[in-house]
Amino acid sequence: MLKDHAKLMQAILVSGEIIGRKKLQKMIYIAKKIQFPFNDRFQFHFYGPYSEELTTRVEELCNMGFLNEVKEKKGGYFQYRYTLTETGKEFLSINEVDMPCLEDCLIDMNEQNARFLELVSTVLFFDDLPKGEVMNKVFTLKSSQRYTEAEIDEAYQYIESLKAKIQ
Amino acid sequence: MTYMVEKLSEEKVFKDPVHRYVHVRDRAIWDLVGTKEFQRLRRIKQLGTTFLTFHGAEHSRFNHSLGVYEIVRRIIDDVFDGRPEWDNRDRLLTLCAALLHDLGHGPFSHAFEKVFDFDHEDFTRAIILGDTEVNKVLKNVSPEFPEKVAEVIAKTSEKKLVVSLISSQIDADRMDYLQRDAYFTGVSYGQFDMERILRVMRPREEQVVIKKSGMHAVEDYIMSRYQMYWQVYFHPVSRSAEVILTKILHRAKQLYKDNYAFKHEPQHFISFFSETENVTLEDYLKLDEAVIMFYFQIWQNEADPILSDLCRRFVNRNLFKYAEFDPAKEYKKLAELNGLFLKAGIDPDYYLVVDSSSDLPYDFYRPGEEEERLPIHLLMKNGELRELSRESEIVDAISGKRRTDHKLYYPADFLADESNAKDIKKQIRTLLE
Repeated sequence: MLKDHAKLMQAILVSGEIIGRKKLQKMIYIAKKIQFPFNDRFQFHFYGPYSEELTTRVEELCNMGFLNEVKEKKGGYFQYRYTLTETGKEFLSINEVDMPCLEDCLIDMNEQNARFLELVSTVLFFDDLPKGEVMNKVFTLKSSQRYTEAEIDEAYQYIESLKAKIQ
Repeated sequence: MTYMVEKLSEEKVFKDPVHRYVHVRDRAIWDLVGTKEFQRLRRIKQLGTTFLTFHGAEHSRFNHSLGVYEIVRRIIDDVFDGRPEWDNRDRLLTLCAALLHDLGHGPFSHAFEKVFDFDHEDFTRAIILGDTEVNKVLKNVSPEFPEKVAEVIAKTSEKKLVVSLISSQIDADRMDYLQRDAYFTGVSYGQFDMERILRVMRPREEQVVIKKSGMHAVEDYIMSRYQMYWQVYFHPVSRSAEVILTKILHRAKQLYKDNYAFKHEPQHFISFFSETENVTLEDYLKLDEAVIMFYFQIWQNEADPILSDLCRRFVNRNLFKYAEFDPAKEYKKLAELNGLFLKAGIDPDYYLVVDSSSDLPYDFYRPGEEEERLPIHLLMKNGELRELSRESEIVDAISGKRRTDHKLYYPADFLADESNAKDIKKQIRTLLE
């Protein structure tokens, strides 16, 4: 019963506050790829894996009053901050979600910047390819971000560190 | 002559109710249509359970795929050819991607993907790159060609213009399905002047843009899409059928997990139900809607009362009723209903279902914003590009506005049966009214 909504609310609850729609998208995608049971489907967009379903769910939760969205001007663009409302917390207390280790992983991801999470999620999107080909994909599809080989190595290490948390 | 440019000795045509004719001159396209993986799309309905509401909606993904191919062919051959921004070496790549863009769809895709947690796009890629007839045809063009086609469909290709023809807010996919679905459902929404839109499309490095003079045709297209979503795609009765379909698959999967002895072993589903086996491409391609309906037929006679009841409901169109539901105000009521269903001996996991539908008719993205959707750009007379909603008041009025609808589905006939749990069922009915 609204289980997918509850899972997302749980993710935001344990993260405290998530700043940026892009960051939220990448955190859920990475969590899904390391086997947390999020069901949103992702496709490749401007900033890497992106889920229209997840965007919809976030908007629905805001409309329901379970999620608080603050829109703020940040330089030349708008940024969005997400926290769970008291009603959202009450809903979650009735609809409990059991995802052990989620908090540990999400807190860690939330401490990373959106640019790095975009790289990590892009690497995970191509995880069926050998590392050399993944690098080519990153350099071609993400040329404007100018990621370096060292950063890609760091992304691989980061993925391993997340996987270690859930073992 | 290389296979890339090889033409048939005579043009082949498919009679088509939407585009009148689908024209094929390229040998590769003709060969792809003849592959068994493409022919399988004849056995997958384009609109899933919608035929239970609109009885004409029996058209298949095969029809739609040919339609998308034809629209892209017309854009390339009649509008783009000869323009400096268009590289005609991408012609066959674009046509193949258009034809094959839905190749991985499974039976009743939406419900199926939800229950078994996979994405049809992964199977599209697997079919194109795997040991298949489609792969063999594509490899005749070049060894790298299958990968290039798969990248366009997955939107990971560097050829952004080609990608935008098949997947964007105004693409050949949407233009075909809106008209085709309107035709087969028999509704009058879904009509727009596609010929006009095609004539005013112009290629740019990153995407297709529309000449300003075609803005009103685009407005019509966006409004028609809006109408189709709410009148056809999100029709509450079709959603009821999809809810039941989803629950049948969940139930069968759960029974398999519990080592239930099926009267007829569900061979086609074993790898889908199993938590240890992987679903192979071969398993996937064996499934189509005829196979699924076969199992629903025989599961009507299973001993498990939930599975047999749900299958009878689907096969005989005895669907769940629905009530409007506001999760924000009624989540406590939902918890209460859940408890009452349990007391009445009706499993709420299968018989009390919240279903949500949501659509964003058009969204814009302006550089510097955090959004991820490529907007429709108008090409002004001075060569400048302007985002559509900045020029069109109609589009501006609906831009970025998501409409959501939640419904609560339940079996009204069970609740009306007062042979047991009479008082509890009365309480439930009162809550649902």
